[in-house]
Amino acid sequence: MSKFHVNRRTLIKSGAAIGAGLALPTIFTSSANAYMNEPKGGSVVFGFNVPQTGPYADEGADELRAYQLAVEHLNGEGDGGMIGTFSSKMLKGNGVLGKKVEFVSGDTQTKSDAARASAKSMIEKDGAIMITGGSSSGVAVAVQGLCQEAGIIFMAGLTHSNDTTGKDKKANGFRHFFNAYMSGAALAPVLAKNYGTDRRAYHLTADYTWGWTQQESIQAATEGVGWETVNNVLTPLATTDFSSYIAPVLNSGADVLILNHYGGNMVNSLTNAVQFGLRDKMVNGKQFEIVVPLYSELMAKGAGPNIKGVFGSTNWSWTLQDEGTKAFVKSFGEKYGFPPSNAAQTCYAQALLYADAAERAGTFDPCGIAESLEGFEFDGLGNGPTLYRKEDHQCFKDVLVMKGKEDPTNEYDALEIVEVTPRAQVEYAPDHPMFAGGDLGKCNSGA
Amino acid sequence: MDAIILQLLNGLDKGSAYALIALGLTLIFGTLGVVNFAHGAMFMIGAFCAVTMQKILGISTITLDPEKLDFLGKPLQIKTPIVESLFGKGLGDSIINWSVPLSILLAIPVMLVLGYIMERGLIKHFYKRPHADQILVTFGLAIVLQEIVKYFYGANPIPTAAPDMFRGSIDFGVLIGFAENAIIYPAWRLVYFLFSMAIVGAVFAFLRFTTFGMVVRAGMADRETVGLLGINIDKRFTIMFGIAAAVAGLAGVMYAPINSPNYHMGMDFLVLSFVVVVVGGMGSLPGAVLAGFLLGILESFASMNEVKSVIPGIDQIIIYLVAIIILLTRPRGLMGRKGVMEE
Repeated sequence: MSKFHVNRRTLIKSGAAIGAGLALPTIFTSSANAYMNEPKGGSVVFGFNVPQTGPYADEGADELRAYQLAVEHLNGEGDGGMIGTFSSKMLKGNGVLGKKVEFVSGDTQTKSDAARASAKSMIEKDGAIMITGGSSSGVAVAVQGLCQEAGIIFMAGLTHSNDTTGKDKKANGFRHFFNAYMSGAALAPVLAKNYGTDRRAYHLTADYTWGWTQQESIQAATEGVGWETVNNVLTPLATTDFSSYIAPVLNSGADVLILNHYGGNMVNSLTNAVQFGLRDKMVNGKQFEIVVPLYSELMAKGAGPNIKGVFGSTNWSWTLQDEGTKAFVKSFGEKYGFPPSNAAQTCYAQALLYADAAERAGTFDPCGIAESLEGFEFDGLGNGPTLYRKEDHQCFKDVLVMKGKEDPTNEYDALEIVEVTPRAQVEYAPDHPMFAGGDLGKCNSGA
Repeated sequence: MDAIILQLLNGLDKGSAYALIALGLTLIFGTLGVVNFAHGAMFMIGAFCAVTMQKILGISTITLDPEKLDFLGKPLQIKTPIVESLFGKGLGDSIINWSVPLSILLAIPVMLVLGYIMERGLIKHFYKRPHADQILVTFGLAIVLQEIVKYFYGANPIPTAAPDMFRGSIDFGVLIGFAENAIIYPAWRLVYFLFSMAIVGAVFAFLRFTTFGMVVRAGMADRETVGLLGINIDKRFTIMFGIAAAVAGLAGVMYAPINSPNYHMGMDFLVLSFVVVVVGGMGSLPGAVLAGFLLGILESFASMNEVKSVIPGIDQIIIYLVAIIILLTRPRGLMGRKGVMEE
């Protein structure tokens, strides 16, 4: 029978281990502060979690530029950008609640686990009061979940999956960007008008949350105007050569190819589709067409001339002529030498919306900020009148239908606005089947 | 039938890239005994030679057009390529249009020099170290090279166009007796396949029919004996490293119009190419080429909807599945020397 020896060293080691073990589950729920990472000094830290590597790295770089610009404007540097056009007049360019805004950045690598690790580090080590960013819905859903557990506000960046404010919605998460349902609702009538209602569509879909909901949405919307869906083929996110997926389209009887791809994936799949002569083909007595439901300026630039005449949708465009857009484009363009992408605009808007909510709430307490954002109506941030819906924390605003420009005048002029779809046309009930399931839950302040 | 031929062409095309990268890897392993994880980066740098040539030929003089405004409301900058100014619009446009084939002229010296520097500057210090050390150092080098490219060229893919005459697709079916429009295939992909065959042929001819190649082959078989004959085999192997880098670089140059070059494209091909080398037989040049085409074709057929509906996800694992079967039944690979990986 073994004996249980206790000496001083064993006791200290055991005590430390037990203490650390007990402290672990409460690392996010320390009661030292009124809420998680309550700022004590003269500054407050924002956490910018963007992809700096991986297939969406270029979007991430533009997001980071926008965040840095937002920080400058919040601190009273530069020309103030959209602070001057924002309908809420709480931001004065003196930081937020009198505290200077500082920031830390992390690399999500477009991978959920890396994004969570990076967000966790910013919360625990850097004391970030909120996390924002991302260029993938998989990442957004993962980081949103982490922020909910941690008691930190997550202001989503580029995330277009219905799930982000659908089955994976969280009380601590807010999305300014539009979603896949809205893309479908805006795009389908334009497609029907231009290509007719008797079409057969073949989908290639990125195999993760965004691709799935994007495909489901565009399929429902196009079938709603009379189109038939021939096939839907899932493609892994890491695919670079899509020729094997494009070849079967040729003999499928489809006359439209819908590419539910984004970033580098979309650049490659569109390039491959054009190489295989799809755009020159006549099928079922009709000109074969390609559709890219979610567009970005960076993707359009990467795809080069292949994008000409291809329809898609986007959250915002630097070519809009409202005062907010003009102010942001001037500010961003003069600082960086080129126009901002819609990823940059949504991230800039999210940083301002968070800061404004804190000012209106008079606190950085996540629950105060959440209350301040819920049901908030605003204008002047480039998208026209916008509502942050209380039920799911989704922003509702007009959606742009875009087309690859046939005759671009410069390298930034790749896309043109075909239609500004009014908000009413893309709205849906919070319990819409595509957004069903999940629970917003209750705000967590981490206290 | 037409779908099968289409996938066969796709497979040959994919196999071309695998075979060329694997050929270079095998050359390096067969001569220097080094497992070079930086070889994918050579492929990527080759593609960026095409991007660079495109940028060089696009260098322009700028004039302001006060009639048109840019996105900030300032007079629009009109760019006129210097090549156009020097050679006239017609010839200037043609030169720009042929930037990818022309970039072969840039890629060959760049890759040879880069290969030489890599081998002399870093890799030679690892000859006597275990393969694990070689893998670590060359993998690190690959990351450094791709980060350098990312720093200068950005993370976004850069569209690099083939010459106009090869930009569209051709009716391949008509060429082999099928009905019109039955098998349409991208013209540049056919060029890529033919180019790859030419490179493979040139490398084999070089090794087979030149004195230099004969000595290298002798060195691959018995390095010490060749050295005892007073031949500086190390110098020849260094040159072979440069040639291997050039082969990967040329594969990258010509691949640029197929998928827009990006900084991590080398890594995308690297692992698959190593599998190709193992399946073909470590150190076997014909094995590398054969396995490259074989696995490219198998991967292509596995991605057919009809096949995936029977075995979902087979397209993602087929290459590894084949590798496992080959290694279990014939550890030396399809054409590897007896004893290699069999101990």
